[in-house]
Amino acid sequence: METQSQVVARLRSAFGSGVTIPVAFRLNQLSELMSMITDNEEQILVALHKDLGKPKFEAIMSEVDIVVNELHHAIANLSSWIQPDYVSKNLATKLDDCFVRREALGVVLIIGPWNYPLHLLLLPLVSAIAAGNCAAIKPSEVSAHTDQLMAELIPKYLSQDCYTVVRGGAEETTTLLLNRFDHIFYTGSQTVARIILQAAAVHLTPVTLELGGKCPCFIYGRVNIAAAARRLAWSKFFNAGQSCVAPDYVLCSPATRDALLPELRQTLEEFYSRDPQTSPDLSRIVSARHWTRLMALLKRSAGEVVLGGESDQQDKYIAPTVLVGVAEDDALMAEEIFGPILPIITVESLEDGIAFINRQEKPLALYVFSDEAAVVNTVLEKTSSGGFCSNDGIIHMCLPTLPFGGVGASGFGSYHGRWGFETFSHRRAVMLRGWTLERLNGLRYPPYREDKLSWLRWTMSAKSSCSIM
Amino acid sequence: MERQAVQRAKEAFLSGRTRPLEFRLQQLHALQRMITEKEAEISTALKQDLNRSQYDTPLLELIGIENEIKLALEKLREWAAPRSVERSLFTISDEVYVQPEPLGVVLIIGAWNYPWAVTLQPLVGAIAAGNAAVVKPSELSEHSSLLLQALLPRYLDKDLYPVVTGGVSETQELLRLRFDHVFYTGSSTVGKLVMAAAARHLTPVTLELGGKSPCYIDKDCEIRVACRRITWGKFVNCGQTCIAPDFILCEPCIQGRVVECLRLTLLEFYGADPKSSPDYGRIINKHHFSRIMGLMEGYTPVVGGQSDASQRYIVLKDVPPHSRLMQEEIFGPLLPIVTVSDMDDAIRFVNEREKPLALYIFCSDKKATKRMIEETSSGGVTVNDVMMHYTLSSLPFGGVGESGMGHYHGKHTFDQLSHQRACLIRSLRMENVNLARYPPQDRRRARKVQMALRSPMIDMSKRTFVWAVTATIIGVGLFITLLVILLIASGLNCTCWYWRGFYN
Repeated sequence: METQSQVVARLRSAFGSGVTIPVAFRLNQLSELMSMITDNEEQILVALHKDLGKPKFEAIMSEVDIVVNELHHAIANLSSWIQPDYVSKNLATKLDDCFVRREALGVVLIIGPWNYPLHLLLLPLVSAIAAGNCAAIKPSEVSAHTDQLMAELIPKYLSQDCYTVVRGGAEETTTLLLNRFDHIFYTGSQTVARIILQAAAVHLTPVTLELGGKCPCFIYGRVNIAAAARRLAWSKFFNAGQSCVAPDYVLCSPATRDALLPELRQTLEEFYSRDPQTSPDLSRIVSARHWTRLMALLKRSAGEVVLGGESDQQDKYIAPTVLVGVAEDDALMAEEIFGPILPIITVESLEDGIAFINRQEKPLALYVFSDEAAVVNTVLEKTSSGGFCSNDGIIHMCLPTLPFGGVGASGFGSYHGRWGFETFSHRRAVMLRGWTLERLNGLRYPPYREDKLSWLRWTMSAKSSCSIM
Repeated sequence: MERQAVQRAKEAFLSGRTRPLEFRLQQLHALQRMITEKEAEISTALKQDLNRSQYDTPLLELIGIENEIKLALEKLREWAAPRSVERSLFTISDEVYVQPEPLGVVLIIGAWNYPWAVTLQPLVGAIAAGNAAVVKPSELSEHSSLLLQALLPRYLDKDLYPVVTGGVSETQELLRLRFDHVFYTGSSTVGKLVMAAAARHLTPVTLELGGKSPCYIDKDCEIRVACRRITWGKFVNCGQTCIAPDFILCEPCIQGRVVECLRLTLLEFYGADPKSSPDYGRIINKHHFSRIMGLMEGYTPVVGGQSDASQRYIVLKDVPPHSRLMQEEIFGPLLPIVTVSDMDDAIRFVNEREKPLALYIFCSDKKATKRMIEETSSGGVTVNDVMMHYTLSSLPFGGVGESGMGHYHGKHTFDQLSHQRACLIRSLRMENVNLARYPPQDRRRARKVQMALRSPMIDMSKRTFVWAVTATIIGVGLFITLLVILLIASGLNCTCWYWRGFYN
């Protein structure tokens, strides 16, 4: 059994051999990863079902397909992404070759969470491979079946020297972090993120943090309440609310709330039937610990349950639950809910709603439901969040062309598509000069004179770039 | 005191006045005026701090800042505009774009070697991106630091861009507070401390650190020209430049020639008595002076070597790779030459060490140069010259590994100090199209959704539209031409129909 340090050393020497640099190798590994997913789709769905009770539709849409899409996108675009960028020049550098190369960083560490154990582990891996790195892959031990499956499948398809799965819990992760990496990609909670950043600081390792937060859902103004309720319910109860971009709570006026509740009731019945526990389309809570956490939150809350509220500890089941009468200082507002519990908080006006949102930490996503463009634009302009989606939820993260990442307490850095490729690359500035024009260079050498200086200012000014050529 | 300044900056940012582009442009204009109007004072401060000549100041510090400001003034609207991205079939009728937004309050910690450039260039980007910024210049360049503290509030918004002076304890106090981004220029050792402090608040950082920038001279290149360029880069600001060529790598057969060329160039630049040359700088303080003198212990210089309370230039040859001189960044006018057997040996030498901020290759063989670039890593590269990649603002300037993280200059500063917010603007209409994704699920519905999400990306940008229309017109035109040619070829004389009427 290899120790962690041995694993990292092996990855480093594999990277040093240069094997991951040629495009052909990267494309081949990406194709292998695609085969791994398509060949083993059944097994993957079973593992996800065992871990989270994930319905087949959700698993395919949000785990399998999203990675496959990303792979297609990377394979189709890789050759254009790795091309050097030629940049605009000033007069002094007119005859030089000035460009930016994208280079691999080296050995990267990817730490995945348990809520989308395939997607949030493999999507960063796609970008890491595309950028030419070697990777240590650490799946979450909480989603144990997927963890086990990844440990079995990855070495069968990908190059074992370049991409290794490292398993373990909190203790193993802490010791893993003592090793030096060239980039750390972490998806998870703020508490652990701080520990990771501290460990990274020791080696000056750059980090990407994909954290969470309380994603507000602001419903205001003239709005098609039936459609809004449907989209809201879908985004909230997808994966039983265990998504970093799930709408955490709703902000609306009392009148909107009164219109929303019957629509939500009807929608939930349509989606999951009168007894959601019997519906094959609703996930379960990932572990007993999280089930207990959520039930405790519900108990401590001063709000009133108007929909749902049923639960079953054995089954790790909590019904889609909606509460009203929740205040800003309620227990449900103290932490990210990450479960199928939806508090509705009332505000009197647009300004109040915006002020409420701005009093909280910057979230990973912000949602606004309104048929009035002015409302959407005002909220967009006066708030900050990782991403923003109006009149829908979650769906903005399905586009590989949009950067997916947080800001402030919800993290920093981004990925998906080309953004991921850039995250795992070093942009190296290259200037190739010639031996000629040494007299022009002479302007900058001592002994200094006033006239030399004026000429030099002119050749180096940005303006001198456009006129002649 | 620091706490209050930061709190005021935060409140000023939250008031929203940095959002309108006009405000940012106005602040940038004011900064530009400050540089132009106070050039003489800035020169004096730099002379006192680093014995900079009056020509060095504009050349090394002010031109860079001026160019950055001019570029930002010209391009700000373009930089701050939302950028449309390609969309899928599912989102075809939506607005999909990335909107750059300010982060909030940025902390800029400057260094003492180019006290104006490394403090104000990031500030230009911070202002352009719509942030507030707390500026902490280095206390080692004391005169510049005090001058900046006096000048900046006279030109820029006092609350949004405060200057906080002080030493280590004031910096530590600042780092205990929460910022939205910390931009640090300095040493790797302190860089680690800055990152660890920022980690407590989950604050992203840009670290512009240093390292030993190697300078490889190939035996078949223009050695005379190479040495002149290297001499300039090494001894400007008395070697106290993060991207100065730290040491030379060359084959033993040309070492003698290199030393000779360096000696000649140094005479040309600074004369026989560099101490009396107005163009030769000084070491910043006694501590660094002793440090550099200590590095020299045990070696006999081949060129220079004299020193007193101020410093002279020194060139050393045949330096062994594991000497103390080769363990830390020199940051002074001390130039060791280490011999290597060939380019492969040089590549190995570079790769055995930490990734430097800059790599310099002097070589006339394009293929060999390409290989050296591909087989090494560094923040940036200049081939056949030194430091010039720093001067082009379209190139991102930054380190990798021990030499730092993040990039800046020009638009890169703006991007580094902005949040790229992903925006998807949908409407609540066409809900029937959406029905397929809701539970209860069945195979048919699932397939519909899969197809919509799996579609390739569609580029709805104006450029593609123009191309599409142009291509269609050309295509149709070619088709008509082909038809006409075929008709004529098949015997039908179309034109006679026109002329028949004329002749009859």
